[in-house]
Amino acid sequence: MEKILVGLKRVVDYNVRVRVKSDGSGVETDGVKMSINPFDEIALEEALRIKERGEANEVVVVSIGGSEAQQQLRTGLAMGADRAILVESGDLLEPLGVARVFKALVDREQAELVILGKQAIDGDNNQMGQMLAAIWDRPQATFASKIELSGNSAKVTREVDAGLETNEVDLPAVITVDLRLNEPRYVKLPDIMKAKKKPLDVLPIADLGVDAGPAIREVSYEPPASRERGIMVDDVAGLVAALKDKGLI
Amino acid sequence: MSKVLIIAEHDGSELNPSTAKVVSCAAEIEGAQIDVAVFASTAGELAAQAADIQSVAQVLTIEREENEHLLAATLAPQVVALSDGYSHIFGPSTTFGKDLMPRVAALLGVNQISDIMTVLGSHSFKRPVYAGNAVLTVEAQADQVVVATVRTASYSAAAGGNTATISAAPLAVDLPTHTRFIDLQSGASDRPDLQTANRVVSGGRALGSSESFDIIYKLADKLGAGVGASRAAVDAGYVPNEMQVGQTGKIIAPDLYIAIGISGAIQHLTGIKDAGTIVAINKDEEAPIFEVADIGLVGDLFSIVPELTDAL
Ligand SMILES: Cc1cc2nc3c(=O)[nH]c(=O)nc-3n(C[C@H](O)[C@H](O)[C@H](O)COP(=O)(O)OP(=O)(O)OC[C@H]3O[C@@H](n4cnc5c(N)ncnc54)[C@H](O)[C@@H]3O)c2cc1C
Repeated sequence: MEKILVGLKRVVDYNVRVRVKSDGSGVETDGVKMSINPFDEIALEEALRIKERGEANEVVVVSIGGSEAQQQLRTGLAMGADRAILVESGDLLEPLGVARVFKALVDREQAELVILGKQAIDGDNNQMGQMLAAIWDRPQATFASKIELSGNSAKVTREVDAGLETNEVDLPAVITVDLRLNEPRYVKLPDIMKAKKKPLDVLPIADLGVDAGPAIREVSYEPPASRERGIMVDDVAGLVAALKDKGLI
Repeated sequence: MSKVLIIAEHDGSELNPSTAKVVSCAAEIEGAQIDVAVFASTAGELAAQAADIQSVAQVLTIEREENEHLLAATLAPQVVALSDGYSHIFGPSTTFGKDLMPRVAALLGVNQISDIMTVLGSHSFKRPVYAGNAVLTVEAQADQVVVATVRTASYSAAAGGNTATISAAPLAVDLPTHTRFIDLQSGASDRPDLQTANRVVSGGRALGSSESFDIIYKLADKLGAGVGASRAAVDAGYVPNEMQVGQTGKIIAPDLYIAIGISGAIQHLTGIKDAGTIVAINKDEEAPIFEVADIGLVGDLFSIVPELTDAL
């Protein structure tokens, strides 16, 4: 195939202990480490492997957001993507808006495969890939842990609650990836230098004429109910006694 | 008045308990009429199970050969065809619902609300974000259909004993053939299902091999417990993926959760926040799991676990 599109979202790094702002308007992001959403990194790794096997010619990474998202796109280029597109948007788009932006890009780029993370670890929505597949009227294979391409179709193993489900989908298609699909490569310094010369197009979101759809309003954020540290027991006898005490055995 | 359509999850012969949990959530919307849609190749037995759930007004069956396997691509257009007149369309936040509901929402031109944990009003809900490190209150527009998934760990299953009406809802929709089911590999076991078990015993990376995991199974069997695992244990191949507990695995709420050789990474804790009592066994007294454990025991699991199994 000619082209694979991969989405890269800039999110709070997964190692950061996220804290809700005292006014409830969101979570603290000042001075907090930002990274590529871990699932998206896996999506990109898979696209690169497909290209390296000679099954695709070009890998294009896409992010939607402010100019700071260029950082994550540069990392994607350093990993090996050929080209990057930043769809510049001041407002944070909800999944339907994001899916519509991707649909506009799919049309522009004539992509035959879109590989995305199954969810972003900020909103934990797990929606965008399915929505893109819906409005594109194409197959979706979500939660992928194995992808085999053959001609005009792909066999995808999916991690579902009951185990591993395999589906066959015709291309073009949207695939969203789970953690066990692969282990993303580390970026080496020379690659970072090379990535600086790769094309990164900035596209104002208004140019795509996308309607973001009816908003779901974020009213307020609050910290979750916390669990308290309990008791420590010294040995198995103590543990059994404590369990009996709580009526659990 | 609110009219809620719930998409039943099932494996062809049995309704998944997630369906009755979604009913519990929907029943919190004041005055709501709750209908359950059963998409299947043969719906009879499943429909009877759905009609038994308290608060359900009507069960709609959609029998088609294509519904032998519940694929989002073929289900979504049918749900949309059925959606007329409903103010809410709910599914469980299981892999089934997560796969399907956003596809339905997009076809209806709305955003979806993921993982409802609290109902505040017909259009106002709470949901976890940032791996459960924050709780977000959201409000959907009153003039739009609400498409949502329900965080099943936040609700207990609605009781049985109802006799809702059952009727067939034939839908004339063309279905795509671009997505095909090949197979499902499932390590089906006789142990209680992880997502509904009252007791769960989980093992982590510390087990070191699939053979060593045996001591976890033995303890679980003694307790009549389901068995779970950390991502590290799944990644290392000690146990299959469907046993993973956490942000990207299963979110569970058993009365008793025993974490063995699990450090307590934030992504793992996301999956057990609603457990009744958390027991942690870990050789490192500084392990973060002890910060949330109700009962902690520091020591070597390879001696503690067999001893505990014998003591029970
Ligand atoms: C996006 C993302 C999503 C994730 N989703 C999940 C998820 O859904 N579920 C999940 O579990 N993880 C998830 N993770 C991974 C998570 O961050 C941790 O890496 C993982 O939970 C660690 O597993 P563990 O506790 O088994 O291993 P470790 O962190 O290595 O802990 C092993 C523990 O065993 C103890 N130990 C060792 N030997 C013994 C012994 N002999 N006796 C007693 N104790 C012993 C050690 O002290 C240590 O605390 C996710 C990560 C990311 C980035």
